[in-house]
Amino acid sequence: MIELEGLTKRYGDKVAVDHLTFQVRPGMITGFLGPNGAGKSTTMRMMLDLDNPTSGSVRIDGKHYRELPEPLKYIGALLDAKNMHGGRSAYNNLLCLAQSNRIPDARVSEVLETVGLTAVAKKKSKGFSLGMGQRLGIAYALLGDPEILMFDEPVNGLDPEGIHWIRNLMKSLAAQGRTIFVSSHLMSEMALTADHLIVIGQGKLLADTSMAGFIRENSRSYVRVRTPQPEQFKDAASTAGMAVTLRGDGAFEIEGADMAEPVGELAAQHRVTLHELSPQQASLEEAFMQMTAQAVEYHAHDLSDPNAAAAAAGAVPGAPPAPNAPPPPGPQWGKGD
Amino acid sequence: MAAPSAVLKSEWTKVRTVSSTMWTLAAALVLTAAVGALLSGVMNATFDDLSRAEQLTFDPTLVSFFGMMLGQLAMVVFGVLVISTEYSSGMIKTSLAAVPQRATFYVSKIAVATLLALIVGLLTSFLTFFLGQALLGDHKASIGDENVLRAVIGAGLYMAVIAMFSMGVASMLRSTVLSLGLLMAFFFLISSILAGVPATRDVARYLPDQAGSRVMQVVPGALNSDETPYGPWGGFGIMCAWTAVALIGGYIVLKKRDA
Ligand SMILES: Nc1ncnc2c1ncn2[C@@H]1O[C@H](COP(=O)(O)OP(=O)(O)OP(=O)(O)O)[C@@H](O)[C@H]1O
Ligand SMILES: [Mg+2]
Repeated sequence: MIELEGLTKRYGDKVAVDHLTFQVRPGMITGFLGPNGAGKSTTMRMMLDLDNPTSGSVRIDGKHYRELPEPLKYIGALLDAKNMHGGRSAYNNLLCLAQSNRIPDARVSEVLETVGLTAVAKKKSKGFSLGMGQRLGIAYALLGDPEILMFDEPVNGLDPEGIHWIRNLMKSLAAQGRTIFVSSHLMSEMALTADHLIVIGQGKLLADTSMAGFIRENSRSYVRVRTPQPEQFKDAASTAGMAVTLRGDGAFEIEGADMAEPVGELAAQHRVTLHELSPQQASLEEAFMQMTAQAVEYHAHDLSDPNAAAAAAGAVPGAPPAPNAPPPPGPQWGKGD
Repeated sequence: MAAPSAVLKSEWTKVRTVSSTMWTLAAALVLTAAVGALLSGVMNATFDDLSRAEQLTFDPTLVSFFGMMLGQLAMVVFGVLVISTEYSSGMIKTSLAAVPQRATFYVSKIAVATLLALIVGLLTSFLTFFLGQALLGDHKASIGDENVLRAVIGAGLYMAVIAMFSMGVASMLRSTVLSLGLLMAFFFLISSILAGVPATRDVARYLPDQAGSRVMQVVPGALNSDETPYGPWGGFGIMCAWTAVALIGGYIVLKKRDA
């Protein structure tokens, strides 16, 4: 179990990590999600005692990282595939690290085999492709056969096959009862692998929830309605017991699957003109983007009116699409399995 | 606590598995010996052109170590690279995640590299001495002469301490380019210029290389130079004090700064 307690990191004026308190529970995959610059990597570096927190602390099974006698046997981490000496062979890079933690030399060949680098074990690691570097980094994480594994965006820059391989590797490691903490900025990737979800934005904790709970709450179906007679429509829908909300752009959303028919009939009954009647399905990616976009907005505007904030979120250049936009196409590898 | 013996072993693997170790140390040996031999031969041939005062204070041991001017630069490169490539490659993050105890990591790394530099340094100094003397003809010194063995061993120690000083500086600066730029400019230019200008000569004497190289002199005031206010080991001690400061500075940076 890893426990973060008020973990904070400030770079000058910038607060990269802001009072993070959460736990990484044993025996499951915890996804660590946040947009670019949210503070994921900084948090992970502090968890490994590489960067000093401005305040707060991290405990691993109750101990500070520096108190672990041979840390690679407790916790293995892939931070960046490039964190090896390029002039040294893959084997020798791992060998010197294994020796420092009294891990037998034979284990080096074993992990190289696991990640499929045996053929290039004697090659200098600077010639490695991104995928090979990532595999080498994973071999390093596995060296001490640790109970806890930490991966910082392990699928970044990998081809579909590499992504598939890493995803399966994480699942099989979790099936062995290990604790896995993996960061990503893709909700779709997390939905496929994680059991638990930690979401951060601007260094702040936004959600700490089970994946199932997140899906239940966020993969909602609704019908979108636009009408020139909003008052009449709203009254009719409310009277009929429908859950109706007015969005910032003037459209209504009526919660529930297969609501297009009853809503259309209701409108006809009350002679309300409709300009749009469209069934919608919010993707998890959207839910995530909305969540983090609002965290961004929190600094720019005062969130006195949730509708205004939602509208503002859509108006920010480069911000994720507003909730009514069509769901963005998922990454190709997000489909299929 | 990571076991110190395990970390020493790990650092030994690190240093022996990069090619820069081999070529920097080989360069230190070859440059020191070859330039020393060349200048010894030249000195032998032109001995009669030296002034009377220079002839009276002729120091064949010191002459054979003239190549140290260049050879030490290779030692600087060795020392710098041992530290700075950890940072330039990002390996430092992997290394410190494996050995989070900064003191164990730092001391092991420096101990291993220093031991290697010392072995190569002593090998170099003996080789250089005998080669130089063989080319000095009638003017040569013998290893059995008074203070000669001290100077030869001192030259080996000097090389090891140069490497340590460089490791300390590189640990503070963390950058190959910055460290090499600073140290090369210092050892090759600044130090000799300061020592050459009468106004700054008295201060320059206390610079690490100027003070440390006193240990290689057998004849005080060799070749009609000014006599130093310190003896051979005094000078070497001054160099060691500089090195201690650099190493402590490097440790503080490692301890305080983010990896
Ligand atoms: N060494 C540093 N000095 C100054 N600012 C930094 C430093 N490291 C990170 N930051 C800042 O801290 C914030 C968080 O960065 P971090 O790399 O942790 O984000 P991230 O969530 O990992 O992003 P990404 O998804 O792009 O990897 C960023 O705004 C970044 O610019
Ligand atoms: Mg990152």
